[in-house]
Amino acid sequence: MSVVEDRSWTGRLRLRAVGSLPPEKLLPDKQPTYVSSWIYVFGVLSLSCLAVIIGSGTILALKGPGWWHFTGVGHFFNSIHLWSVELFFFFMVVHLWGKYWMAAWRGGRARVWITGAFTFLVAIPCALTGYVSQQNFDAQWISTQAKDAMNSAGIGAFFNLLNFGQMYSYHVLLLPAAVVAIVVAHVLLVRKHGVVPPFELRELAAKAKEPAAATQSAEQETRA
Amino acid sequence: MKRTAARRSVAPVAAVFYLNHHSQYVHWHFFQMSVSNILVILAMFVVFLAAIFIPFPSHGVSGDSS
Repeated sequence: MSVVEDRSWTGRLRLRAVGSLPPEKLLPDKQPTYVSSWIYVFGVLSLSCLAVIIGSGTILALKGPGWWHFTGVGHFFNSIHLWSVELFFFFMVVHLWGKYWMAAWRGGRARVWITGAFTFLVAIPCALTGYVSQQNFDAQWISTQAKDAMNSAGIGAFFNLLNFGQMYSYHVLLLPAAVVAIVVAHVLLVRKHGVVPPFELRELAAKAKEPAAATQSAEQETRA
Repeated sequence: MKRTAARRSVAPVAAVFYLNHHSQYVHWHFFQMSVSNILVILAMFVVFLAAIFIPFPSHGVSGDSS
């Protein structure tokens, strides 16, 4: 029975998934002591904002374009959606700064860093398509300015920022799906590799002193 | 009538921050940025430094330090 399971693609996939992400790694109940710092909070704050973005965006999508302009409740959810995006970028940038100065790609965590950076890069057009989907003068201004940027970059043939239908489709389906998929991969990679530890400052300081000490002793021997 | 009532209910909240005016920009040689964007970037720096230097509240339970 087990032989049959091992040969099937589902069995092999399960074994590989459990091998790389056992339950205690996937859902840990304790973290290293160095995680007790505010700088480690911004990743989960970004995730919380993303959840609010998806929730409020789902309500806006269900009610259809225009609802957020002429009803008080629609205006409220539109504001929730906007400000959760603002906070998402705010926390994500602080998270990125923190991880950059920690060199969070150490210890085989290159893919963790790359997926995090890609999340930031894909979230930018996701937000831009939202700004041009507002259906107001602000959206008209942004789209007419942004189309020139796309044309100057040579990709204007693929993206027409004056086409509301295309921008709205990108905003409510394609780009959010990409952001969520990359974020899921990012979180699973963090679970697999663990949170990056801080630099061993004492060891680095000792290593930095070693060559200087060796040079001094060599000079003393030469003088003697 | 419903639209008017809805707008009235939103108006006091919007009045807390009056945004119905031209945005202010800082322009110095090639550098041009709105004051609101500069304030957000400064706030990110402040939060970043605060997160580094403000001690995290301890719950008295130490985790695995390995």
